[in-house]
Amino acid sequence: MSAPLVSLRDIVKGYRRGQQVVPVLTGISFDIAAGEFLALMGPSGSGKSTLLNLIAGIDRPDTGELIVAGERIGTLQEAELADWRARHVGFIFQFYNLMPVLSALENVELPLLLKDMSHRERRERGELALSMVGLADRMDHAPSELSGGQQQRVAIARALITDPTLIVADEPTGDLDRESASDVLRLMQRLNDEIGKTIIMVTHDSRAAEYAHAIMHLEKGELSGREAVR
Amino acid sequence: MLPALIFRNAFRHKLRSLLTLLGLTVAILAFGLLSTVVEAWYAGAEGASSARLVVRNSISLVFPLPLTYRQKIRQIDGVRAITTANWFGGIYKEPKNFFPQFAVEASTYLDLYPEFVLSEAEHKDFLHDRQGAVIGEKLAATYGIKLGDTMTLKGTIFPGQWAFVVRGIYRGRDAKTDVSQMFFHWDYLNETMKVRAPRRANTVGVYVVEVADPTRVAEISRVIDGEFGNSYAETLTETEKAFQLGFVSMTEAIVVAIRLVSYLVIFIILAVMANTMAMTVRERTAEYATLKALGFGPPFVMLLIYGESLAIAALGGGIGIALTFPVATAFAKAMGTLFPVFVVSAKTVWLQACCALAVGLISALFPARSAARVNIVDGLRSIG
Repeated sequence: MSAPLVSLRDIVKGYRRGQQVVPVLTGISFDIAAGEFLALMGPSGSGKSTLLNLIAGIDRPDTGELIVAGERIGTLQEAELADWRARHVGFIFQFYNLMPVLSALENVELPLLLKDMSHRERRERGELALSMVGLADRMDHAPSELSGGQQQRVAIARALITDPTLIVADEPTGDLDRESASDVLRLMQRLNDEIGKTIIMVTHDSRAAEYAHAIMHLEKGELSGREAVR
Repeated sequence: MLPALIFRNAFRHKLRSLLTLLGLTVAILAFGLLSTVVEAWYAGAEGASSARLVVRNSISLVFPLPLTYRQKIRQIDGVRAITTANWFGGIYKEPKNFFPQFAVEASTYLDLYPEFVLSEAEHKDFLHDRQGAVIGEKLAATYGIKLGDTMTLKGTIFPGQWAFVVRGIYRGRDAKTDVSQMFFHWDYLNETMKVRAPRRANTVGVYVVEVADPTRVAEISRVIDGEFGNSYAETLTETEKAFQLGFVSMTEAIVVAIRLVSYLVIFIILAVMANTMAMTVRERTAEYATLKALGFGPPFVMLLIYGESLAIAALGGGIGIALTFPVATAFAKAMGTLFPVFVVSAKTVWLQACCALAVGLISALFPARSAARVNIVDGLRSIG
């Protein structure tokens, strides 16, 4: 049996609020296999976004062991962690987080600035990624000229462009209407099914979670259950 | 893509950026103009020769020196040439039309001042006409005076109406040369004074001495002053530069105030620009957090902010520097002959460029540091 892509053991995380430490995750342990599409669900304050941040390497656990893509990321220095994220993680945010002054194509190309790649190569890969998300005819549009759904698809293309090991999505449909949300979720499902991308998605929406293979429920910082969907 | 990101970010808030740019342009322009005023103040001293000494009465410049000193000074070892000059202080039409006028030893004066360039024919005409005068080209242009015109001055130190015929118009050898002066024959002054006030005749204001070896100026100065020690008119000999700086020092407080104001203007725009950059960074916290999440390190984020600040500073500074030249020309024209030399120097341009660069760098210092330290999780939660 091959090693899981993500392995968490006794992960504890709390936030300091004044003199008090507010516990968010209280000893979580689980694995995520490569190629899985996992939805993390739970009420507000259950710790699902914190858990996603830890797996994505933008936050650190207080204690516990966290291995992602073969790396103990909790022990990495800040610069090493940034380098690791650039290689292994693609991000999809609730509010897209595109650079407003860059075109759709430039936004998609942005992570490639960290790679040793020519302008032409970047452009070709950017065009390919935008074509994959169905926005070949919107490459030169600024984010403000695109609908919410289109912006999120640009963000998905940006997450894909470096061919990351893992894609993390925090409420990717939280700011979209139902139709656009379905488009985005179908696209994510296709990425998982057709090119085998491992996706971890935080969502409030049970209909969105149905696009995943499995749903993991969190409550008060603890895992309360895991159910298979597809 | 990086330059595009920097430039587009710099002008994202068009009104704010344009106002900052305008402020910077005005500040750099004002700095350049004020620096040029300060330099104009020192222009006489800057244009002074290191090989010329000025011998004056040690009590005060107001008291003249006897004509008999000329021969004694000329005979001192190391003195190559000597000439005389008297400050005339006349009024041309109105008191506001100020320019320096000197009664000089016509046969020698221009030989000691090669920076005043006069054609041979005009020089001859000047020497042959006892009432002749030579004026600088700026003076001629300011008052529309041509060769052969008569200029009448009302004497203040030497009372009466004094008529001169313009026989020459000199040019400057370089931009630092004062081309707003007037020279005329000391003989004309002396002979008139013999009639009007005989006790004031046969005296000169200063002797201008040219030394053969500029390294010996201190020694020769001591010898000249020693020669006339304990006489009824003791001398004070100093280099032409020191002599000119003596005048400037009388108005030193004004110069210091102008200098202070010029740097104050830069400090104010620095504060304005730093505030603009701080607001910018605050508004874009989520973007910097996103970049860091994508794997860009703090140096990249800092580069964006420094780049943006430097782009605005370079543009504002560049426009300010470019505008300094026409504005200085218009200012000099409006001031007439008050500032004989009013040229925007290379040093001023360099200082302007350095100030713009410093504003760009310093105003980005704290915003860049704070952006580089943005915690990704907190930054992603922030609303711009």
